[in-house]
Amino acid sequence: MGRNSLIAALAAGLALLGLTSAASARTTQAEFRPVPGGFSFETPIFGRFDQGSLQRGYKVYDEVCSACHSMNLVYYRNLCQQNGPFFDPKHPNPNDAPICKAIASSKKVPDIDPDTGDVVQRAATPADAFRNPYPNKAAAAAGNGGAAPPDLSVMARAREEGPVYIYNLLTGYVPAPAGLTVPPGKYYNPWMPGDVGSYWAGAKDKVPEGGFLAMPFQLTPNRVSFDDGTPGTTQQMAKDVATFLAWTAEPKQTERKEAGLAVMIYLILLSGVLYVSYRRIWKNVAH
Amino acid sequence: MSAHPSTYEPKTGIERWLDARLPIVRFAADYLDLPTPKNLNYWYTFGAILSVMLVVQIVTGVILAMHYVPNGDMAFNSVEHIMRDVNYGWLIRYIHANGASMFFLAVYIHIARGMYYGSYKAPREVLWLLGCIIYLLMMATAFMGYVLPWGQMSFAGAVVITNLFSAFDQVIPGLGTAITTWLWGGFAVGGATLNRFFSLHYLLPFMIAGVTVLHLWALHVPNSTNPTGVEVKSKEDTIPFHPYYTVKDGFAIMAFFVVFAWFVFFAPEALGHVDNQVPANPLVTPAHIVPEWYFLPFYAILRSVPQKLFGVLAMFGAIAMLFALPWLDTSKVRSMRYRPTARWFFILFIFATIGLGWCGGKEPDDMVITLGHTANNDPTGFSVTWLSRILGIYYYAYFGILFFLGIYEKPLPVPASISTPVLGGSAMPAGSVAQAEKKG
Ligand code: HEC
Repeated sequence: MGRNSLIAALAAGLALLGLTSAASARTTQAEFRPVPGGFSFETPIFGRFDQGSLQRGYKVYDEVCSACHSMNLVYYRNLCQQNGPFFDPKHPNPNDAPICKAIASSKKVPDIDPDTGDVVQRAATPADAFRNPYPNKAAAAAGNGGAAPPDLSVMARAREEGPVYIYNLLTGYVPAPAGLTVPPGKYYNPWMPGDVGSYWAGAKDKVPEGGFLAMPFQLTPNRVSFDDGTPGTTQQMAKDVATFLAWTAEPKQTERKEAGLAVMIYLILLSGVLYVSYRRIWKNVAH
Repeated sequence: MSAHPSTYEPKTGIERWLDARLPIVRFAADYLDLPTPKNLNYWYTFGAILSVMLVVQIVTGVILAMHYVPNGDMAFNSVEHIMRDVNYGWLIRYIHANGASMFFLAVYIHIARGMYYGSYKAPREVLWLLGCIIYLLMMATAFMGYVLPWGQMSFAGAVVITNLFSAFDQVIPGLGTAITTWLWGGFAVGGATLNRFFSLHYLLPFMIAGVTVLHLWALHVPNSTNPTGVEVKSKEDTIPFHPYYTVKDGFAIMAFFVVFAWFVFFAPEALGHVDNQVPANPLVTPAHIVPEWYFLPFYAILRSVPQKLFGVLAMFGAIAMLFALPWLDTSKVRSMRYRPTARWFFILFIFATIGLGWCGGKEPDDMVITLGHTANNDPTGFSVTWLSRILGIYYYAYFGILFFLGIYEKPLPVPASISTPVLGGSAMPAGSVAQAEKKG
């Protein structure tokens, strides 16, 4: 090293002295619109999942999203566990809950026949993970124009402001502005983080926000008819499925918040007791 | 072990028997009885907080290791299995993940306290150096721990940090490549890397515990400093560690736990990064690679230097300065309470370090002050890179400033002892103040 790298360092330093900024690709995303009514589980201490919304959200996932998206970390039994969408205090063991047994048995999952070794399809049990729509990742990509639909289990934790993002994405499909060429098999969405600069014919400083994705608009009005009579608007379906995904991303959220409240009260009381002891023990120390 | 004579007297036959063979009870009793300066403030409670945090991390870590699978295909899901299926697994994992941040928060306060009150000065240099070693081990442990969930940011972090060593190719061609290949256990970050990081992540905390024992041993020879920086002169200056500091530290630990618990229960992922919830995928690089918050100041220094090798050296040098600090600060006055100029430079140093942390979390091309725009609508002006450079230079300069300040600064009068106030009127022993004034 020595000479050459010193010169390189100096050159790079001088280049940067010009205070220029690299004409780098910047991902952009439109500002989030608020979710109507907000999410009931959002507030850190007292926010809880709305069970009705979780049930509707599961229905949206089941009838729409599950055609393309897997949820490998979620098992049918989870739906009936404490604080889950279909929890019923009469059946504390989720594997025995009739609703989960019924939901599971209506799905077919692949298995190996122990006698013949053949691949067979059998009815799922509560102990099975959600049925995977594709046999493998290559098939998933092939079926969706090369972009495999990501697993949704922890999606709500895998994006900034996950549930709000999901809501905005699902309700955010707008016609591409004039001057934007949408590549075949892709869809424009201002809430999908991306950089559409090279597809934009207009002014360089007016590149539309957002990006393209391989998922078309899904939640057309009334695509899902809710059992509780809630109108199946795009917004409602998006909010409910976002709620459901927030739950699948962290099924123990309610336990966490409940325990947190008790722990906080305990720690604050104990701190108080220790503080009083401290003052009393130190009473006669001049310091 | 410590300088003060043992006051322990075995009372029962068993205690006498044991005391003649392994005086472990004596050791504990002397520890609790240790005469300690009576004026330690809350900044001095972070040592105890750190000991507790180390235990918290080891206990939760051992439990996590019972369920975690260090395999490239299974690591991510095994962590999710802990979060979903293991009894209270979510709690243990959130304590461990946020505990790392709390550990660093406490260690930074502890280091800053040592820098302000001159805890690194004679006769405590070895104590200070052992602390620096603990800090280095903590950084290595935390870095490898962050890789274990094998998310996108884990993977990117492992790639970026291990690749730093390839800069040594510029010193001896092939050296850097050899080091990285050796670190990775292959030709890229992969399953072998994950496996060895897990092994080391389990090992290093016990090394931290070992060095902590040495750190405490080195503490109990000269004993704690105190906010005045004046050594203990008489019995009047001290109180026994127990019950005075056990209760004060106990209160501080609980208050610290309230903050800790807030993160664990109500904002468990506030300090993490969403990209780490996406399983590691070598083919996709996250748009913004950022390390954990406690590494950000060093990351900013690294990126602010345009040449890789010098960037790496600047980053490690920033930590190396801490090791040299006892010999860089030439002032005879220990506590900055009595160093009116040094105190301001110290406060600036803290701001510079926090500012560097802020820069580390931004993109280098982001603007601090936007002055205009390029044709592509990219902002131009005073960039994060430039702010990092200025702050980084100050970070280094601080250590040089201390060197010269020790010679030129006029210290305030230092009290004669811990028990004598400086500005207390008649209680002041005239001689010492006059001396201090003359010196200044
Ligand atoms: C026709 C198949 C299909 C259906 C049905 C579908 N998706 Fe998708 N989804 C995709 C594909 C393909 C992608 C990958 C898009 C890309 O990366 O270009 C995707 C991506 C996503 C993403 C990730 C976007 C990002 O930030 O990377 C989310 C979230 C998502 N889908 C949610 C849903 C939800 C919720 C539903 C149900 C309402 C749903 N999807 C239904 C195909 C589908």
